[in-house]
Parts: sequence; structure tokens; C-alpha cells
Amino acid sequence: MTTMAPDAGTQDDVAYEAQFNAAVTAEERIEPRDWMPDAYRASLVRQIAQHAHSEIIGMQPEANWITRAPSLRRKAILMAKVQDEAGHGLYLYSAAETLGTSRDELLDRLHSGRQKYSSIFNYPTLTWADVGAIGWLVDGAAITNQVPLCRCSYGPYARAMVRICKEESFHQRQGYELLLALSQGTEAQHAMAQDAVNRWWWPSLMMFGPPDDESAHSAQSMAWRIKRHSNDELRQRFVDICVPQADSLGLTLPDPDLTWDEERGHYAFGPIDWDEFREVLRGNGPCNEQRINQRRTAHEEGAWVREAATAYATKQAERSRHGYRAPHDPQQGDTQEEDIA
Amino acid sequence: MSTADWPLWEVFVRSRRGLSHTHAGSLHAPDATMALRNARDLYTRRSEGISVWVVPSAEITASSPDEKDSYFEPAADKPYRHPTFYEIPEGVRHL
Repeated sequence: MTTMAPDAGTQDDVAYEAQFNAAVTAEERIEPRDWMPDAYRASLVRQIAQHAHSEIIGMQPEANWITRAPSLRRKAILMAKVQDEAGHGLYLYSAAETLGTSRDELLDRLHSGRQKYSSIFNYPTLTWADVGAIGWLVDGAAITNQVPLCRCSYGPYARAMVRICKEESFHQRQGYELLLALSQGTEAQHAMAQDAVNRWWWPSLMMFGPPDDESAHSAQSMAWRIKRHSNDELRQRFVDICVPQADSLGLTLPDPDLTWDEERGHYAFGPIDWDEFREVLRGNGPCNEQRINQRRTAHEEGAWVREAATAYATKQAERSRHGYRAPHDPQQGDTQEEDIA
Repeated sequence: MSTADWPLWEVFVRSRRGLSHTHAGSLHAPDATMALRNARDLYTRRSEGISVWVVPSAEITASSPDEKDSYFEPAADKPYRHPTFYEIPEGVRHL
């Protein structure tokens, strides 16, 4: 199984595809240099890139609160979390690059709006409690989505997800703890926590994507073992997990239809406003423009750092090629100079 | 070299003394020093390592997945290389 056979004709492709399907069905992992169908490769690039973009755009709504964190403890935690999101983006970009795309190309597609990121990050973080609601609900939904991806058929993506899931668990717990502190605080703090949960609950449910019968990529992704569970299945799992957690927080979820369905053994919940979802996806969410502008500005304003690092590396490489020795410094002996060269 | 040409580096992390370095992932950096620093920030944020190696990805020579069966096949028909191949009478100890 390889992409290396340049003259692989149709007959070979059929054989390769059969081998590929057998490997996927046998729960073997596909690795970068293995032969894979073009559509599988394209689908993975789309999904991993969108995932990577979500991680780095996701830094913005929370970074918004770093300077206003209520204590040094909370500030240190929030900085660590935002740094983790940057790290997650980098793991995922690396995984995408193993499929033959480049980092610059991916960033370019994000900046030009040709690739998407998760719609959830187009909502604003209005109060400090939003940091808690994002950790509990948004990261909670992400974990529910991502844990099955640790068994994804594409090796590099699965490995990146293992690392990410380990780290996400801290994100979720810090959010929950933050909300609990507010919920048990003053009346105003409790109200602030409740308001944040009210605003983040529905968008979090939308994170699982459109209902199964409207999901464009689901069936093929499941056949390829990229996805393991349907959107609706994961959404239900998330709701079931959250209801008792909200109870323990002393907060309510903003859904009058939320009831225990004895027969199904699951919580029933009200209809999701998919018009809102589509609007935000189309670019008309409260913060779409702000997020992408901020990303572009950060990239442009950071250009000098990348250029300086490049220039330094080029200079060092030139010097070592020409056996360059630094001019004699009277403060230093020759031995030290040798050490530097 | 433009930013777009920053080479790819493979990162290996030794999690503690007594264990070998294990592949952790990859990253882009203009030179080895920056690659090492980035590797520390990216792969050891939670004390996952006490030592890091970075290797330019282009310097790695790998066996071809095309030959994966034939290349490793010679080992497959030599079960006598494993201790379980041998039958030892019951009751014989320390063997």
C-alpha cells in the first residue's frame, strides 16, 4: 500500500483500495505513507484543518479575560489553558501536514475564509463567568466529540487526539470549579454564572453538528472509521452527562423541555434553533468578523518575529559553512570563542 | 530561506531516566536551537520529559511501506527464535 508507485493504473488502484478497506475494517491504523483514497485524504485534511483552526481561534474569547482574571490563581490557570489551545492547534496542523498540505497553505485558507472553524467561537465572552461556562460546556462538548477520535483510523490524527484529550480534562474541570465558586458566591455572582450557562448551553449543543439526517459528511466518515458515533448520539450523551452536573452546580439549564425519558433511558430536550446555527456558520454570528480580523492582525504583526528567526538561522548557517570565527574579543579567551563557533 | 521553508523537525522525548526517547510529534523551526525550545514548550508543558531530541525530518531514512510485507517477512517463518517454540517437560524449573 503506497502512493509511491507512479504508474499505478486503475487495476492497481482497485487492489490498493481493497487493501485499504480491509485495513480500516480490521481496525488497523492508516499511516502517512500508506496508499489511501483521494477522498479519504481530502476529508481528513478538511476535518483536521477545521479542528486546528478551532483551537487557535478558540484562544481569543478566553484570552479576552486574562488581564481581568479575579485572582492570580485564576489568571495563571487561564494562561495555561490558552497556551494549551495553541499547543493543540500545533499538534493538529502537524497531523494535517502529514497528508501533504503545508502550514502556510492551511493558515492562508483560514485567513481567507475558505476553511471554517467551530461556530461556537463566534459568540462573545461577556462576563468572567463565560470563562467557566466555556470550560464546562464548550470543552465538555469538545471532549465528548474528541474521545472517540482517539480511535480514528488515521494514525497521526488519533495520536494528536490522545494528547489533546488528556489536556482537555483540566480545561473542563477548571471551568466547572470556576462556575461552582460563582454559583455558591453572592447573589450577583450566582446570577452571573446562571446567565453565562443560559447563553452557552444551546450553542454548545450545536457543536455536535447538524442532525444525522442532514449531516453531509457523516456516513462516509463513519464508514472510514474517522467518526465513530453520529452527531445526535454524541449530543444525547453530552446532555445526559450535563444534567446532573448542572444540579451539583446549583444552576439550571435553559430548556423547559428537558425531562428524563424513562423509556429511552435518556434526557429528552427541546428543539435546537438550526437557523441560528446556519446564520453563524454563514458568517453572521456576533463575532465572526472580529475573530478572523484579530487572527489576521496577529499573523501580520508577528511577521517580524518569524523573519528575525529566519534571518538569524540563515546567518548562523552561512557562518558555519564558511568556518567564520567571531572577531577577537579581548574579554574572552580563544577557547570560549571556539565554543561559540 | 523564507518562513514558508522552515524545515520540519521530529521531536523525541525521554520521559524519565532509564527509558529511551520516544517520538512525540513534529514541529517547524528555522534552526535546531529554536526547534529544541519549541519542542520543550509544545511537548513538555506538564513535565512529560527530562530530555528532548530534535531531528530534521528530511534526515530520516525510512523503510518503504510498499515493501512492508516482503521486507519483514524473513522473520515471520522463524518461530524457533522465540522461547515458546520449545517444549520442556513439566516440572523442569528455572528454564
